[in-house]
Amino acid sequence: MLEARCYEMSAMPTLFSLKKQEQDRLGATSHQESLIGERAEAVLETQQLSVFYGNFKAIQNVSLAFQRNKITALIGPSGCGKSTLLRALNRMNELIPGTRTEGAVLYHGKNLYDPDVDPVEVRRRIGMVFQKPNPFPKSIYDNIAFGLQINGWKGSKSAMDEIVERSLRRAALWDEVKDKLKQLGTSLSGGQQQRLCIARAIAIEPEVILMDEPCSALDPIATLKIEELMNELVKQYTIIIVTHNMQQAARVSDYTAMMMLNPETRAGEVIEYDTTEVIFTKPKDKRTEDYVSGRFG
Amino acid sequence: MRISWSSSEVGLSLTRRRSQAVGERAIRSILVAATAISVITTFAIVLSLASDTIAFFQEVSLIEYLTGTLWTPLFSNPKFGIWPLLTATFLTSAIAMVVAVPFGLAISIYLSEFASPRARSLIKPLLEVLAGIPTVVYGYFALTAVTPFLRGFIPDIKSFNSLSAGLVMGVMIIPIVASLTEDAFNAVPRGLREAAYGLGAMRYEVALHVVFPAALSGVAAALLLALSRAVGETMIVALAAGQNPTFTLNPLVPVSTMTAYIVQVSLGDTPYGSIGYKTIFAVGATLFVITFVINFISTIVVRRFRERYE
Repeated sequence: MLEARCYEMSAMPTLFSLKKQEQDRLGATSHQESLIGERAEAVLETQQLSVFYGNFKAIQNVSLAFQRNKITALIGPSGCGKSTLLRALNRMNELIPGTRTEGAVLYHGKNLYDPDVDPVEVRRRIGMVFQKPNPFPKSIYDNIAFGLQINGWKGSKSAMDEIVERSLRRAALWDEVKDKLKQLGTSLSGGQQQRLCIARAIAIEPEVILMDEPCSALDPIATLKIEELMNELVKQYTIIIVTHNMQQAARVSDYTAMMMLNPETRAGEVIEYDTTEVIFTKPKDKRTEDYVSGRFG
Repeated sequence: MRISWSSSEVGLSLTRRRSQAVGERAIRSILVAATAISVITTFAIVLSLASDTIAFFQEVSLIEYLTGTLWTPLFSNPKFGIWPLLTATFLTSAIAMVVAVPFGLAISIYLSEFASPRARSLIKPLLEVLAGIPTVVYGYFALTAVTPFLRGFIPDIKSFNSLSAGLVMGVMIIPIVASLTEDAFNAVPRGLREAAYGLGAMRYEVALHVVFPAALSGVAAALLLALSRAVGETMIVALAAGQNPTFTLNPLVPVSTMTAYIVQVSLGDTPYGSIGYKTIFAVGATLFVITFVINFISTIVVRRFRERYE
């Protein structure tokens, strides 16, 4: 346990150092600040964020602040750029050749798109769970251990055993797999695989977990388990989730951002961002109201 | 919108229109014919190999063939031990694989995991050029360029030798290894790569620890296919390795591979129906069995590892 703690401490990022001039330059454009208010609590904040795939603009001028230890849901019709926005938050988009990002994503005040920021470090602190469960073709144990190993973890076997157990427990999977840790991760059911992927993501102690429609490939019971898990995890992590499922957004999230295509530019933008309660009960924008009440989308 | 169909209308609409049926039958027969021709050809080849091979083994004992280390079928005191040809084929193929596997894998990993689309669009056509060079040109290249070059380092090397033939054959196989293994890497779902990147993996870690293990079945199959290509390769070894059946694993002296022997006899004046003539069928059948076994193993490997990895 002690070793595990040391590891977490040593991983404290240099990234936290705040760049003053960066703040000043971008601060002026951050008009969304007042929307949610508690700026001090924002872990991640996008400022005038636009993402292009080649010449195609996928999202434009997104300014959102994501609150610590809260679940924020991104909703909106298909193709409106929810996943693109989510993947911009840990620089996953740039794995696709020809992607260009404008604006800023502030993580504790540091712009993740600054030239001195290493995307590998970013993804270590801002983890991700994908739409389709994607465990590695390795044992359940190694699926969890992999993230630590590639991040230079040096510790005893028993310390690793502890981290694996703790991660699986936190992902509410331990009781189901404790007797078969050597079996392939891919041999589990879809819902178990997705919880394994969550365990894998939290094993390296990220601060933020991005979830890209994590339940869309799962049955209702497995979905419920993941949602319960999210409610547990949010005590320690900040969660941002893309979902097509209105009930899911309403059930699990604290804040909701409604996205839509801009009819002129054909790029996705945030049309309304507020607490989930407001979005689902008294939205200000007619389009949000239509969408959450199932009248289109 | 139709609200209801009368039962006679439903019955009519379900009957296939004649014109469609004729067209479909014609296309189907053409496809079946094309398939049948290739299947029949394969069987015909096996049969023609088999009849002369059986005739050969009526004169020569199978034991002598499989255990003898002297191959002199055209001498007045003929010996029919296949081992000199086997070792030559083994030697040239092994040297070729030593060259082709690391280079081919390096290229395919680079292309699938590291290269920008632009670099890929430049390199892939170059590889295809390499794959498009006729093997006879490779053979001449081995004999007239590589062997003299090697003599600079190894003065003892003979004009015909398996080292130079094997090296050049390795170069010839590189595009095959690269392209087949790249297919295997590309077949690894993008989600697996993203999962690793999402955990903060670097490119080489994704390539070595995620993509490569997941593609292992395809890689193994690709390497076995490349091996069977090397075993069956003819012109390079016939031109550069010599036609001198010697039971040796020395890569510096002339040898004769199975394929080179078949060429030698086919082009020579061995009379039809003689024992010398029949040897090429026995050797051909042996070659067929070897490549068949390799391909069979590769099928098993693919099947077994696929269960493990997908």
